[in-house]
This record gives sequence, structure tokens and C-alpha cells, in this order.
Amino acid sequence: MKSSLQKFKESYFLYSFRQDKVAMASFIAIIIFIILAITAPWIAPMDPYDANNIDIMNSEIPPSWNEGGEKSFPLGTDNMGRDMLSTMLYGLRTSIMIGIGAVSLQAFIGIFMGLSAGYLGGKTDAILMRIADIQFSFPYLMLAILVGAIFQMVFGIGRYEQLAIPLLILIIGFAEWPMYARTIRASVMREKNKEYVEAAKVIGLSKPVIMVRHVLPNSLTSLMVISTIQIANAVMSEAALSFLGLGMPVTMPSLGSLIRSGFDYIFSGSWWITVFPGILLIVFVLAINLLGDWLRDVLNPKLYKG
Amino acid sequence: MSHLLDIHDLEVKFALRTGDITAIDGIDLTLDKGETLGLVGESGAGKSVTGFSIINLISKPGYISKGKIIFNGEQISSYSDEKMREIRGNKISMIFQDPMMTLNPVFTIGFQMVETLQAHQKISKSDAIDIALEKLKKVHIPSPEQRLSQYPHELSGGMRQRIIIAISLLTDPAIIIADEPTTALDVTIQAEIMDLLQELCESDNMALILITHDLGVVSQVTEKIAVMYAGKIIECGPTDQVVKYPVHPYTEGLIKSIPGTVIKPGCDLVQIPGMMPTLTNIPPGCAFNPRCYLKGAICTTKTPKLKDFGNGVLAACHMK
Repeated sequence: MKSSLQKFKESYFLYSFRQDKVAMASFIAIIIFIILAITAPWIAPMDPYDANNIDIMNSEIPPSWNEGGEKSFPLGTDNMGRDMLSTMLYGLRTSIMIGIGAVSLQAFIGIFMGLSAGYLGGKTDAILMRIADIQFSFPYLMLAILVGAIFQMVFGIGRYEQLAIPLLILIIGFAEWPMYARTIRASVMREKNKEYVEAAKVIGLSKPVIMVRHVLPNSLTSLMVISTIQIANAVMSEAALSFLGLGMPVTMPSLGSLIRSGFDYIFSGSWWITVFPGILLIVFVLAINLLGDWLRDVLNPKLYKG
Repeated sequence: MSHLLDIHDLEVKFALRTGDITAIDGIDLTLDKGETLGLVGESGAGKSVTGFSIINLISKPGYISKGKIIFNGEQISSYSDEKMREIRGNKISMIFQDPMMTLNPVFTIGFQMVETLQAHQKISKSDAIDIALEKLKKVHIPSPEQRLSQYPHELSGGMRQRIIIAISLLTDPAIIIADEPTTALDVTIQAEIMDLLQELCESDNMALILITHDLGVVSQVTEKIAVMYAGKIIECGPTDQVVKYPVHPYTEGLIKSIPGTVIKPGCDLVQIPGMMPTLTNIPPGCAFNPRCYLKGAICTTKTPKLKDFGNGVLAACHMK
């Protein structure tokens, strides 16, 4: 008997991963980013959320290798005097949190809707998919402005800071679930006519059991691929919303709101406030997309040459 | 005397946009404990639909429009879906045509066997595995312990069909419906699987409904035979009687067209001219009349009823 670890070691999956330098590099980059994000409170030189650490006199110090730079602020400081490196680490943490949260919400709603629509078919399918269409025809920026305004009305601007993360997760989650629903539905409709589903009916399993235990695991391939794309999308959406001032407040910056806050100063010469978070965002999203590309290729049996 | 399974005047219709079409037109069948029945006919004759209607799993838009199915004295054709699930896979099992597709590709054999058992009885995992092993041994699978942790793609076609048979045996069903169990397998494996099914029926006193278009297989394995044509049973009776002395011209044609019986090497193959009518376009009178060499005037106007021809053989033909 081979252990599952040994099986994994001999699998085509791992082999193809090792052959693909781009996939390896993206994977390593993503792992590093995630570790940085998780450990940000311990490794960051200062806590950018703590007003006591911030000295307005330190504002707009250029990166340490530039003229006028200081050693204690390796990537310079922003307009409020916060250390850029620390702020970016915290921002990455916020961005990843919102990205993963929003995708989990999307996946939850999307899988439920797509699985029911695809498997049950008929009227259920028609109703659920029309809801998805309506949701999709609604620009998410409009939704964000609407929901954001209502939130601020109800809870007051003071508490907005604490509620910003769950709010963004909700907005991005609700805006994009139809992507999941459509993908899952298509794959479920393909799977449900296969004979093993018939066989599951014949051995007397109930509909929910067949749906969740038999059809869903067979649709996991498309689910995995779309998840990587959606995480990248969610991080981008969050950055876009924050850039427009609809997302994270400047006191608790995400990468998007950092880029925005620096944007006002870019022509006065303080390019580093916008450029560094921008590079971080691009590299992170690119790494996720490249890994997703590789995953799509390796999980596609039509391209399987092993 | 009450039978184990009694199908009485079963009629299955499919609701299409253009109106209902009748896939099964009033068939009667009985099956006793330990009996083997062969259901023979061309594609589209309604064999598989009959099989599915027994476990009440006709896919939409089909529905049972008339008739009763009585199993163990209970009318299961009027059961709710939930009540029916207790019978499906538990008292009546079904084996499908293509063993490549019937096992779920993402789960191990063991998982799928345990799942079937746990769907019908409260049983611990280790007990379920014991039963699974016992059944795997029964279908002569080499090194059954190892198979439990293997995935379907690691096994050959014949092996998979054995495993499917083992799964259908798990709950010791009273009836197994085998829907063309050997069509996807090669000839040597076919014989092995048929022998296995026959052996199991004898040792466990299980009833078998064998749905096939292969008269050769049916004549080896089954005790009773029912020949279907365009949704009707046109001839039924003890297998050896029907095969040796077919009454209906269609049965006669089927048997003649098997190479090696009437046809000798070098001769042309005997065929039944024409095609089976589509269900939307069944000719009036006897559905077989356009292809029949005995056709008379009455055949195009009156639908023949099953008549007794002695030795337990019933056939629906005006001209005999």
C-alpha cells in the first residue's frame, strides 16, 4: 500500500508543477506574501494603526537610498508620516483578508445556487439563473456606493472604520457570486447525466446527498480554477473601490487606499507612496493569475499529455 | 399464488410537446423468488424503460400512466419517492450497461460500497467494510482488501463490472435488474460475468431480470423470456421452449438471425427486413405487420392479444 504522501510525490500534478518554473515562482511568491500578511504585526517596524507612533514631522521622507532618506524608514514614509514598509504589510494583510473573505462568500452563495440550478433544473434553474443575471447586470460600483451610504447612515461614520472590512467582503461577495453559480451550473449539468449519478439514484440516495457528495466533487476542477481567478479579481475590486474612496478608510489602509492617498502627492515628487503599494498589488495579482493559469492547464484533461 | 414481483397492465408514457407517446403499452410480467427472466428486444422496444419503471426512476418527461407494480404484496408503483428510496438499492438493485461510467470517478471503491450500505441501514464503518469484503470475495475479485482503497480508473472493465455487481449485492436484494450488463465488455469477460450472475442467483435465491438484445446470452442464463417489440410483449414463456419453437414471426426472425444456428458458414446472414417503428409512428393493428412475412388483412386493423400456445408460451399473433 502506498501512503497518500507517496502517491502525491509520484503524481502528475507535482511533476508538472516542478517542470513549470513560472508556476513555482508564483507559488513561492504567493506563499511569501501570505506569510508576510499573517506575520505583519510582528515583523513590521512600526504599527501604522497606532496614532502614538506617528509623527507628522516624518511625513514624505523618501526611500532610504534616495537623498534625504532615513535608515529607519527603508521605503520612506507617506503623507501622514507612517513608515511605508509597515503600512504596506498591513495593507497587504487587509487586502488578502478581504479577497479571501469575499471569495468564500461568493463560493458559498455561488455553489449553493449553481448546484441547485444545475441539478434540479426546470423552474428552479430558470428562477435562480435569472436572479444571477439581474445581479450581474448591476454594476458593483453602484452597489458599493449604495450599500456604503446605507451603512454609514445606519452605523455612523465613526464606526465605519471597524465595519469596513466586513462591508467590503459583503459587497464584493454579493457582486460576483454569479460567476461561481454559472461555472458550477455548467459543470453540474454536464455531470448530472453521467451514469454514476443514475447509479447513485438507484442505490437509493437522496437528492441532497447525490448533489453534495457525488456531483460537487466531480465539479471541483472548475471550482479550483475559478477560485484563483476570483481571488485576484476580488483583490483588484477592493483596490478599485478603495481607490475611489469607497473602500478602506485612510486610517486603516489597504493597498488600494494607499495607492489613492499617494496619488494626490505624486506630482509633488513623492512618487513612492503610490508606486510601492502599486508594485506589490501588481505582483500579487499577477502571481495568483499565473498560478491559476497553470492550474487550469494541468487540470484540463484535454491538455493532459502524461 | 402471489408472486415476488407482479407487473400488471403497465403503461408508461412520455409527455412531449407534441403530445404523449406511449413507450410501454400495457405489459404483464411476473417474477418469483429465485427466478431469472430475460427481457429481449431491439433498441427502443421499451426494455430499459420497463426496468426503470420497476424502481420508479423513469426520467422526465416519462411517467407511469396506468397499471400496477406489486412487489412482495405491496403496490410500489404508488410509493412516494422517499419510501421508494428504501427499496431502491436495498431490495431491488440495478446494474447498468457501462461499468466505466457507473462508478463515481472521484471516490474509492470502499467509500462507494460503505456509502451504499449506510444509505440503507445503521451500520458502523468497520462492519460495512466487512460486508463489502465478503461481497467482493463472492464476485471472485482477487485481493479484495487492496481494491477497497483503489479508485475506479485503476481497474479494468470486467473488474469494475464485478465491483458493481458486488455493490448491488451488498444489501442482499430480492431482485437484481441487470440492464445490458455485458454490452460494454469483451466476449470472454461477458461469459464470465454471465456465469457469475447465474451462480449468484442460484446460491442466494435471488431473482434476476436480465435486459439484453442478445438472445444467446438470454438462452444460456434465464428460465423465462419475454420478447418486447414497440412497447409490447409479443411473446413470453419458458426460455428453452421459446428459443426452440418460437411462435411469433419476430421471435423467429431474431433466433434465425443468430449466426451458427440456422445460418451456416458461407451463407448470407438472415435479417428481419425493415426497422422497428418509432414510437410516434406505430402502424395500426399489429406493430410488426410492415416487416412480417405472414402478414394478413387482419394484421393492419386489429391489435393481436397474447394467446396461449401451450407449454406455457404466450404469443401475440393473428396468423398462428
